[in-house]
Amino acid sequence: MAEQAHYYVPPPSPWPIVGSVGILSLAGGFILLLDKVAAGPYVMALGAAILIYMLYGWFGSVIREDRAGKLEGQVDTSYRWGMMWFIFSEVMFFGGFFGALFYARVFTLPYLETAADLIWPGFTAHWPTAGPGLPEPFTPMHAWGIPALNTLILLTSGATVTWAHWGLKRGRRRQAEIGLIATVALGVLFICLQAYEYSEAAFSLKTGIYGATFYMLTGFHGLHVTLGAIMLTVITFRVFAGHFTPESHFGFEAASWYWHFVDVVWLLLFVFVYWL
Amino acid sequence: MEAVLNDHASHHEDHPRGLMRWLTTTNHKDIGSLYLWFSLLMFFFAGALAMLIRAELFQPGIQIVQPNVFNQLTTMHGLIMIFGAIMPALTGFANWQIPLMIGAPDMAFPRMNNWSFWLLPVAAILLSTSFLVPGGAAAGGWTMYPPLYIQGGISYDMTILAIHIMGLSSIMGAINIIVTILNLRAPGMTLMKMPLFVWTWLITAFLLVAVMPVLASVVTMLLTDRHFGTHFFNAAGGGDPVMYQHIFWTFGHPEVYIMILPAFGIISTIIPTFARKKLFGYTSMVYAVAAIAGLSFMVWAHHMFTTGMPVAGQLYFMYATMLISVPTGVKVFNWVATLWRGSISFETPMLFALAFVCLFTIGGFSGLVVSIVPVDIQLQDTYYVVAHFHYVLFSGSAMAIMGGIYYWLPKWTGHMYDEFWGRVHFWLTAIAFNITFFPMHFLGLAGMPRRIPDYALQFADLNRLESLGSFVLGASQLIFLYVVVKCIRGGARAGDRPWEGADTLEWTLPSPPPYHSFTVAPAIK
Amino acid sequence: MRLPRMTTITSLSLPAAALLLSLPARAYQFPVAMQAPVTSVGREIYDLNTIINWICAGLFLLVFVPMVYALWHHRKSIGHPPHHFHENPRLEALWTVVPFIILIGIAIPTTAVVVDMKDTSKPDMTIKITGRQWKWEYEYLGQEVKFISSLATSRDQVNNKAPKSEHYLLEVDKPLVVPTGQKVRLVFTAADVIHAWWVPALGVKQDAIPGFIRDAWFKIDQPGTYRGQCAELCGVDHGYMPIVVEAVAPEKFAAWMGQQKTQLAEAKAAASKEYALPELVAMGQKVYTANCVSCHQANGQGLPPAFPPLNGSKVVTGTTAGHLDVVFHGRPGTPMPAFGPQLSDLDIAAVVTYERNSWNNKTGNSVQPREVAALRNK
Repeated sequence: MAEQAHYYVPPPSPWPIVGSVGILSLAGGFILLLDKVAAGPYVMALGAAILIYMLYGWFGSVIREDRAGKLEGQVDTSYRWGMMWFIFSEVMFFGGFFGALFYARVFTLPYLETAADLIWPGFTAHWPTAGPGLPEPFTPMHAWGIPALNTLILLTSGATVTWAHWGLKRGRRRQAEIGLIATVALGVLFICLQAYEYSEAAFSLKTGIYGATFYMLTGFHGLHVTLGAIMLTVITFRVFAGHFTPESHFGFEAASWYWHFVDVVWLLLFVFVYWL
Repeated sequence: MEAVLNDHASHHEDHPRGLMRWLTTTNHKDIGSLYLWFSLLMFFFAGALAMLIRAELFQPGIQIVQPNVFNQLTTMHGLIMIFGAIMPALTGFANWQIPLMIGAPDMAFPRMNNWSFWLLPVAAILLSTSFLVPGGAAAGGWTMYPPLYIQGGISYDMTILAIHIMGLSSIMGAINIIVTILNLRAPGMTLMKMPLFVWTWLITAFLLVAVMPVLASVVTMLLTDRHFGTHFFNAAGGGDPVMYQHIFWTFGHPEVYIMILPAFGIISTIIPTFARKKLFGYTSMVYAVAAIAGLSFMVWAHHMFTTGMPVAGQLYFMYATMLISVPTGVKVFNWVATLWRGSISFETPMLFALAFVCLFTIGGFSGLVVSIVPVDIQLQDTYYVVAHFHYVLFSGSAMAIMGGIYYWLPKWTGHMYDEFWGRVHFWLTAIAFNITFFPMHFLGLAGMPRRIPDYALQFADLNRLESLGSFVLGASQLIFLYVVVKCIRGGARAGDRPWEGADTLEWTLPSPPPYHSFTVAPAIK
Repeated sequence: MRLPRMTTITSLSLPAAALLLSLPARAYQFPVAMQAPVTSVGREIYDLNTIINWICAGLFLLVFVPMVYALWHHRKSIGHPPHHFHENPRLEALWTVVPFIILIGIAIPTTAVVVDMKDTSKPDMTIKITGRQWKWEYEYLGQEVKFISSLATSRDQVNNKAPKSEHYLLEVDKPLVVPTGQKVRLVFTAADVIHAWWVPALGVKQDAIPGFIRDAWFKIDQPGTYRGQCAELCGVDHGYMPIVVEAVAPEKFAAWMGQQKTQLAEAKAAASKEYALPELVAMGQKVYTANCVSCHQANGQGLPPAFPPLNGSKVVTGTTAGHLDVVFHGRPGTPMPAFGPQLSDLDIAAVVTYERNSWNNKTGNSVQPREVAALRNK
């Protein structure tokens, strides 16, 4: 806290308001799309383009500030705290969906069974289920095929990113580069296998509570893996560009924290969505 | 506020002028002002909706708006007041005050701070224009319970997306506040030396980061149920409408405290100032706030006693809810003990604070009443509940916000506000508020459900009285606007410390404080 | 500082006085208290509320009498100097522990009431209550008696075109009839959205949740008519969904039940007859007024886009089979409910015929009850 006087306050910035315009366009377009207005997808695409432009510009400024040494000391601590709390908020987001899964399995299904004689003839509580009103049978996903392989892939990628971190800390840039490339490659492999699994699945988002919880949980996880992989890709380029020193490489650490978080969520998914 | 700030934006400031200043600003004071103005605008917008509601309820029968419009009005009044008026106002205080009170140069992430604010107008555009789309605005209640919420049209999607955006704004704002408090305190300011207002916001920000994502997750499920064929809340697919309520109130109950804890902080700042005495029990106040926040995660289903949960569930949630009155009581006792043997004066902020203590306590007591399961069975979804949450939200949060505005306006603008009109505003607000909302307890007890556009004849007299009260209440807020604008444009010089009893850091700065306040951190003994 | 002195007291005494007023005096005419309970649970709730209000009033005085005293005697304007004292562990422990003990005092009797309230075992009879947008369906389980109960107040009264009746908005076409002195178990569900069945005098409020069963019970002491309404926001006509319970002596109840069964048999016979077009239109108008006007409006214009017009509608002027299908099965995902389970064959035939031959719709064809029966048996 002694360096208080030098805390870096960035000058006025256009990026936030650009981001707001992008979000308005993205959300507005999505709403139009949902309600089947033809212009929807175009408005959405415009919004996405503006947002990507904003992210590029905003993170570009941050990287420039970082290169100029403005984000050291107390500011660095702020960034660390900020990233941790951001990840915590993400944990809570997944918490909502896991909550839905647990509630449905522990409470809803037995309640539905008690309503069997008056509303749902013959329904008994079991998992997985598509519910008492959707009769078609389906084959749930098995844990010990692709999902187990994916678990192995993500765990390995967690190890490679840590190996890369060791390399960075000891000034071995080559090790950092190889480790990061391996991590991103494993991430992409994971996403491909996930996509293949979806394409082969014998049920859909509409297959009752099982389909809903399965696709929403794994889908949002997949989205986060994608985001994490993009972050790591950017970091890989930055390592190649020599942006990081053994002492100062918070950008790298933030991306790897995020990657570990995505990893832990997967383990929970594997246990509660695929296995049990 | 712009004029004033420009006035004092001294030589070393280099920021764009005019609109671009506000669009691109990274200054916590500018952003704080933006939050407060936005909140005031939304307060008048949602207040106007409330006036329409009360006009329709002035007498039995349908006169002003049709039932479908009435439902839109109640839904939007709730959503906009909560997410557009109360929360941004409190965040505005956080932006202005936290850096000043802890001796920080600005917020920890000034640029992100700007985005936190500028997302709100986006959400406001979605919400307010939803009145204009085919079918009108969302009419399923601010709680958005399915399956009713599944039935609606395009405006329902606009509302869901608006909530996502406001959630994003709140999460970023909260992270900013947490990091600022944890990392940017002046040397020597230990956690237990922080002003209580800062403490309440630290805990509130934690609640926000914890529960806004939960809200985002559950409204996402609503959206997929509406458009992508999921069955989260549909029994036929093994889902459950009550599951929505559980997840929603996991957000919703902490949300209640998000709106009241910073208000506690404001009150705990004002009362010692005008009693010219330290807060009686600082430590126990901090622990009480923490305890309330902790309990808030464990009591959510008391909003759902009539959904018919098993007896063990009802008892657990009842006991846990009753427990909240212990730390809340500690706070009230502390305020009274602070007043005891002080040297009390009654400026406008103090009047608001005293009314807060008294009226919030009434809201607390009616809260205790509805925590009792059998009594709640009678009172759930009646006007008693409407009375209860307006006592905690209007005479609680909103009046604390008004008190806080009067308290800090001299600091922010450099001018004293008009004490006479401030008091007129206070008395009209306090009296009209009670005329509007106190009889609602009776209506609820007597059996009038909430959210109905029309009612049985025995409820007519009290409803008429309430409507009259509400019109006065609404009109008196124009005085508030007048006093605030007048104070910004001029008035007696405030001096660095217009309140002799005030002892927090911001009063060591000039009024208004320089654009960048603590460029050198003050030392705290 | 004359102003604050006087007014502070007013500001404190006003809500305090009002709180005292809220204490349930047993004066049932003026609506400040809970309605007079007529069941054991209702009375327990009433008494709990009274006790807790007294406790709250006592605590309120305990806190605010000292506060008002301080505001008066410790004013700066009379030169009272501040006394700098703070933190007193003993006092703080006291005001933490004492409220806790009071809470335990409240919790004990309350727990007993909760347990009693939830005990739906060993009922004398069971009634299944289904909430629909915006009416209640009652089915006496094991008796085959089942009917819909909806608002009897006319739209003219609502729209201020006719004087309002005594039980404005709290009157129905067919009340729920129950015997006194018997434990009646209610099982709740809903067809579309969540509703809540609430009759204050019975001390029963229970959400009716689509796809799930919840239950509650009552045992009414004295004959009488008890009124309530839906207590969970359920859409546009949430305020027009009353409940009327008529409690009668057991022998009267038996007679009423017999009468219901005869009427059911008659209705069955009526449904097998063939009807002329004007007859069906006349009957259909009544059905339409009771079931369709709140969305599709009396003039058939609807409230687009949520509630489409029927006047000139493609469905209504199209084939009879297509029209009948929408009315019978509803439109899933929209507020249009399935009327098949709600209305009799004759009512459906009549209302479809009415819609096809009203406003600008002049198809000239009719639907007979047997066609509805055929659809039902499919």
